[in-house]
Amino acid sequence: MSGNTLLPAVGLAAGLAAGIGAALGWAASRLRPDAGALVEQIDALLPQTQCGQCRYPGCRPYAEAIASGAADIDRCPPGGETTVRALAALLGREPRPLDPQFGPTKPRQVAVIDEERCIGCALCLPACPVDAIVGAPRFMHTVIEAQCTGCELCLPPCPVDCIELRPPSEERE
Amino acid sequence: MSSRPALPAGLRLDARKARSLQQPLRPAPAPEVAVLSLDQGSGEAAEPTVAVGTRVGIGTRVARAVGTAASDLHSSVAGVVVAIATRLTATGLGRCISIENDATDARDPALAPLAWRALDGITLLDRLRGAGIAGLGGAAFPTAGKLALARANAAGHLILNGAECEPWICCDDALMRERAADVVLGGQVMLAACGATRCTIALEDDKPEAAAAIAAAIAAAQDGRVELVELPAIYPLGAERQLIEAVTGREVPHDALPPAIGVVCQNVGTAAAVARFVSTGEPAVTRIVTVTGSGVARPGNLEIHIGTPIAAVVAACGGYQDDPARLIVGGAMTGRSVSSDLVPTTKGINCIVAATLADVAIRGPEMPCIRCGDCATACPARLLPQQLHRAAQADDRDALTRLGLADCIECGCCDYVCPSQIPLTARFHAARLGMQLHDAERRRAIEARERFERHERRLAEQAEAERLAFEAARRRARGADPK
Repeated sequence: MSGNTLLPAVGLAAGLAAGIGAALGWAASRLRPDAGALVEQIDALLPQTQCGQCRYPGCRPYAEAIASGAADIDRCPPGGETTVRALAALLGREPRPLDPQFGPTKPRQVAVIDEERCIGCALCLPACPVDAIVGAPRFMHTVIEAQCTGCELCLPPCPVDCIELRPPSEERE
Repeated sequence: MSSRPALPAGLRLDARKARSLQQPLRPAPAPEVAVLSLDQGSGEAAEPTVAVGTRVGIGTRVARAVGTAASDLHSSVAGVVVAIATRLTATGLGRCISIENDATDARDPALAPLAWRALDGITLLDRLRGAGIAGLGGAAFPTAGKLALARANAAGHLILNGAECEPWICCDDALMRERAADVVLGGQVMLAACGATRCTIALEDDKPEAAAAIAAAIAAAQDGRVELVELPAIYPLGAERQLIEAVTGREVPHDALPPAIGVVCQNVGTAAAVARFVSTGEPAVTRIVTVTGSGVARPGNLEIHIGTPIAAVVAACGGYQDDPARLIVGGAMTGRSVSSDLVPTTKGINCIVAATLADVAIRGPEMPCIRCGDCATACPARLLPQQLHRAAQADDRDALTRLGLADCIECGCCDYVCPSQIPLTARFHAARLGMQLHDAERRRAIEARERFERHERRLAEQAEAERLAFEAARRRARGADPK
């Protein structure tokens, strides 16, 4: 075996390695997955309850945290296992149970204001993330059921505890 | 009567109609209390126009349609409204108007025959809508709505569906044998209403008596636009899209309605109801029901007052015998079993089967799918049930959509042939409901997200406005200060 026969083979291998490396490097920089699009995809799988139980101020911030790797996919109780599975499939990860520290999964519910007890303080109005409460200071408030996500964020500000969560009316009776 | 292309698939089922066709059509006695479900089977309820205590005659309007799928409702008895309340109906809990029959059989004085030949199509459609005429083939969809869509699309071909492919049902057969002239007249009125130029009355070749009666009625009517077509008796020929394909040789696109290919389909019973309305003024207050099954003493076809409880209809057939195991409304293949015979009849109920254990094949335990492909061969909608089943088990919504779950007509052919006794149709039905639920949830989520974004924007704008106001105030305070 002489150097003469080895040289072209080594040259070819080196050339191939350099060429493929350059192509991969170019592809990695040009074809990088769009971070914004990933956030959109993740956000589309979240239930949009806007409850903040994941400790992020809304579903989109949580989607951003998942996309950047700052948060895991097990922090959304309203979405429950279905959402975890969908997120896991999207991100190519293993599904995992919900982290119990963020709260239990409940069936869909909506806020109802006891109009007898409401004092018209208007404190719950800004708390509602989807503007589903109608009212004005010193006037009775009410919840638009079709738009309520059941996030429970209106409960803490109410000074007279006149808001409670109930199953939606189509499931009552 | 030329030979036509039959169905792409389907089954030949043993008919069990002979027992109920032995006797002629007979009227059932009017009920003591007629219970009119506001949802007559189309899935949408009408709004009551009467109150408890209102006195009504036969044919008085008691509820008005509000949406597109409901139809106007008229009293089938003369008497007094005694209740408007939620009750058990054949499709679950629903609001019903109960009318106590005073046995006078007084007709609403406003009812009068309709000089339909003098009316234009739009007016005629309006009158049919006001008469509460709905699809008596089972779907109970308002006839005027369907005809109006055909008119808007300039559909030229009206098909009257006389194909009764379900093993037990024979109410249309009995109707065509005895009231063929009504069917033809109804077809002519519908032609005038929808502007079509051709009417085909389609039925299967296992109904020679009905075919002879219809042929005679067409000859008597001397209307060259009306023709008769006999097709091979294959289940589910009576399904709308399948019948249209068998008659015209063209397939209705899966994402379109029949008028897209210039066709509109109506049941022969509906045509007879239209004929009755124009010739007597009576709105849709009766229909013909097949009462059958080994659990009924004297099976037959009865003309009932809509709202008669099933128990009273069965009593008119000699009552139960041999301990029926199951009470089914609709056919054996696509019907549903009901838990009580107190549920009222509706425009959508064409058959009542009191089945004994001998009638219902008890399913063995479900076994794994062996990929034999029999279901795909049987499927008249050209779907792949085994693939759909796999996708349904995995709850893979994308795959279910791709495989055409929405095009499943839930005819039960795949169930029937499955050697592993997998309840495929029930699974597909559940999967479809699951998809609907999921879609509704998604719509709600998208709306919530939009509202949340608007809320955030508004709060940000408010904060910004407050900051600017504060700074402006501070500048003013500084400027006002002499030092």
